[in-house]
Amino acid sequence: MSELLVSRRRLLGSGALGAGALALPAWARGADLHGGGSIRPGFDEVAGRDIALTIGEGPRVVQGRRGHAIAVNGSVPGPLVRLQEGQPVRLAVTNTLDEDSSIHWHGLLLPFQFDGVPGVSFPGIKPGETFVYDIPALRQGGTYWWHSHSGLQEQAGHYGPIVVEPAGTDPVQADRDYVLLLSEFTPLHPHTIMDKLKKGEGYFNYQQNTWADDYPLSGEDRRMWARMRMMATDILDVTGSTYTYLANGRGPEEGLEFLFNPGERVRLRIINGSAMTFFNIRIPGVKFWVVGADGQNVRPVEIEEFQIGTAETYDIVVEPTGEARTIVAESMDRSGMAVATLASRPGVRATVPPLRDPPLLTMADMGMNHVPGGMDHGGDMEGMDHSAMGHDMSSQGAAAEPMAGMDMSGMNMRDTSKLPPDVKVGPGIDMVSMNPVDRMGDPGLGLDKVPHKVLTYKDLVALAPNDDLRRPSRQMEIHLTGNMERYMWSFDGKKFTAVSDDPIRFAYNERVRVKLVNDTMMAHPIHLHGHFFELVNGAPADRQPQKHTVIVQPGGSATFDLTADEEGDWAFHCHLLYHMHSGMFQIVTVAPRGNQPDVKRVGED
Amino acid sequence: MRLLVTMLLASTATPAFAQDHSGHAMAGGQTPAQTECEEEAARHRAMGHAVPEGSCAPAAQPAGPAAGGHADAHSGVDHSQMDHSQMDNGEMQGMDHSTMDHSAMDHSKMDHSKMEGMDHSTMGHENTQLPEQPPIGHGAMGHGAMDMTPIPDGPPPASAGSGPPRAADAIWGADAMRASRNALRTENGGMNVFWFQGDRAEYRAREGGDGYLWDVQGYYGGDTDKFWFKSEGEGVFGEQVESAEIQGLWSHAIGPWWDLQAGVRQDLTGPERTHAVIGVQGLAPYTFEVDAAAFLSNKGDITASIEAELDQRITQRLLLQPRAEVSLSAQDIPELGIGAGLDSVELGLRLRYEIAREFAPYIGVEQEWKVGQSADYAHLAGEDPSMTNYVLGVRFWF
Repeated sequence: MSELLVSRRRLLGSGALGAGALALPAWARGADLHGGGSIRPGFDEVAGRDIALTIGEGPRVVQGRRGHAIAVNGSVPGPLVRLQEGQPVRLAVTNTLDEDSSIHWHGLLLPFQFDGVPGVSFPGIKPGETFVYDIPALRQGGTYWWHSHSGLQEQAGHYGPIVVEPAGTDPVQADRDYVLLLSEFTPLHPHTIMDKLKKGEGYFNYQQNTWADDYPLSGEDRRMWARMRMMATDILDVTGSTYTYLANGRGPEEGLEFLFNPGERVRLRIINGSAMTFFNIRIPGVKFWVVGADGQNVRPVEIEEFQIGTAETYDIVVEPTGEARTIVAESMDRSGMAVATLASRPGVRATVPPLRDPPLLTMADMGMNHVPGGMDHGGDMEGMDHSAMGHDMSSQGAAAEPMAGMDMSGMNMRDTSKLPPDVKVGPGIDMVSMNPVDRMGDPGLGLDKVPHKVLTYKDLVALAPNDDLRRPSRQMEIHLTGNMERYMWSFDGKKFTAVSDDPIRFAYNERVRVKLVNDTMMAHPIHLHGHFFELVNGAPADRQPQKHTVIVQPGGSATFDLTADEEGDWAFHCHLLYHMHSGMFQIVTVAPRGNQPDVKRVGED
Repeated sequence: MRLLVTMLLASTATPAFAQDHSGHAMAGGQTPAQTECEEEAARHRAMGHAVPEGSCAPAAQPAGPAAGGHADAHSGVDHSQMDHSQMDNGEMQGMDHSTMDHSAMDHSKMDHSKMEGMDHSTMGHENTQLPEQPPIGHGAMGHGAMDMTPIPDGPPPASAGSGPPRAADAIWGADAMRASRNALRTENGGMNVFWFQGDRAEYRAREGGDGYLWDVQGYYGGDTDKFWFKSEGEGVFGEQVESAEIQGLWSHAIGPWWDLQAGVRQDLTGPERTHAVIGVQGLAPYTFEVDAAAFLSNKGDITASIEAELDQRITQRLLLQPRAEVSLSAQDIPELGIGAGLDSVELGLRLRYEIAREFAPYIGVEQEWKVGQSADYAHLAGEDPSMTNYVLGVRFWF
């Protein structure tokens, strides 16, 4: 039962389960494929009021490639932690490594001292120590995950899924309920990857433009990119050249399958537990519904593909037809894929489609979004701030074309006068977005031209009403800044080393609109610990979707409303592991509640 | 087990935020929970919108309790036929349109003149999904007296507190937190890196005795400040080293692509020479790697050199690298064979194959010319001022 997380409804209601369970492959019963002491792929399940987890390490083999891994309870991913909304839980975590470790409960609302970030929320777990996370009654249901927040341990396998069963009836009803956790395996030590990123520009990119490539780039385009000292092929920093992409810890050839009976409704809880990868997820030939984002229910959206940023989760519901269907999780740069199969009987497989052509960065990714002429605003509309009105033309054909016919010679790609004064201009900023429009309607790099419906943030509408409908009392802008060549990443031009004593501060229960402006050509998944924020995505104010992680598209912006009602210090960072490790990290401090009264909110009795 | 179906049907109707209020007839036959539809209709009536009776016809497929409890109140109401054009919006003060999508609305006949307090700040006027649609004609919109006050920018209120983030100290103690806090600062952006590169380590076949050359560099340090070292030398096999030098530099990032470097150069061959060095190294537009430096020797001589390399990728692993180096001098230095002005020029072309990014053997050709007075010095010394080298080497780094 470790792998096939059939819901209890299914357990109670179906006789077909037995056959499925008997057909479980060896790995799913906890057997060890690789022999003596190496780490198991896949995960068991732990549940209850008291849960014990042990962090260990050992050799790991994926599709014949050998590496060193950090594993919790002996497997990668570590065990599924199954919790109950409304109930407290004590998680005793023992560290058997010879270095400090930690577990962060990604997406859970909890007292900050149990959030699990060494140096922010607690001192970390010393070698040989056991730390007890004493978490009071959970205030949420849904799909989440946990991972190390110490050093680069997450890359080595220190992560696993969380499912919180809702207190009431789950509005998403399905016959089968599976977790699909995506991640990466690399034989390289994480510090080696960090080192190569610092030293070798494009080290992992084997899809660069060359004299021999067939990218749709004119000579003029190529010269323009060279003049900027940037690469149109710079989609992901670490690629399939070292990564084997994993589905529940298994490589694409290792045959992860989710069983179903024809006519059944399958819920997949998809977690991007990777260190550095955005995935494009599709089930060729099948439409499906997105029913949850970052653990929160959303109004179902029927789509055929979506891009999932690092650390995001999406719940989807699919009614597979035929004998088998392939679930494809293609890395955003299309250098590899994780694969799983929806199988009507064990061992049956569907075609695995080939990797599609790698995408290129476009004008929009440089922050050059040209609003076509012809908008007559008349004379009396002066002073209107259209920048916040979302006049986003970026997805239109012309703007999305790679450089089509643009004369870029006069353009300043680094006009630092466009930056607000609190951004520190220096070597850590190699680009300033000229016109950073809201790109929450963007499906993600490489998905703007696919011939089917792709999810965007603007499709997300909360299923249940939000509880805080106050208009934000202030707004703030945070710039995502970087230098590809030096591999420096930061907020507002300041690495964490420069601002570790100068946090982003919120008053208790303050309602703030936060605009994230991406002055780089990479997409960044920005994660705020301990809170949900609401995407200002055009949904009705009471249905703005709640998320813990938001992708800010290259050269564009994303905006969220935050009610800062979880007191304490919280990490706020880019969830690309090596970006965080390079300085794209900050602390958010929410002032203590003190003796402020509990706030009555919309929807509360 | 069919509850989800109901929910999906109820919800996949045009979402409220994307609804178009340009025509008011509520389309029947959608399938929300009926009571919610009626509530919605009542709300619209209260707003002065005409909602025909019977708009909330019983759903074709009754919603189950689970779905009903969560289905959105707008979900079954199709506003696409609503016609606002005859509405008197004069009294609609304080309406919050903040999240309405007016992308398909025709504002041309609406009188917005008295809609004070409207918040259009986040209105999605985008045409993103409708490329063929003409731009919204705002010119004809009577936005005259609308309150478009944006949410103010500003610092946090005083109640947000001040000082460094130390909430965890109150729980675990300042002493317990200190080590991890220091480690966090170092780990997230404070790392130092060691790099060593053999840019050219090569065998040189040429007339009058094959030779060798090394050109290595490296650094240790952080993103902004580094200790940088360089060494270059050449010679002919079986003879004494012809020239060799080593530099130790402090390197400081002065821009996204450029480092300013200053330090000392020690010549290891020929007359005893030590130089002060100042230079810049970095990446020029079109990705030329440039290293330019000026030298002041302990004899008071001023010289300079400029190197540029360009990596041209033929395939993912095969690269062609043109390279140029120019040496200059402010004065004649006869004992070194250097003449004032342009001293020497080197042009090279190397073709390398990256077995790994860190290890790339290459072949190539390099032409050297002594120029002007330097050429005369070479003649006097019985040397050819022009020299062609066929090179075989390896570029590596770690």
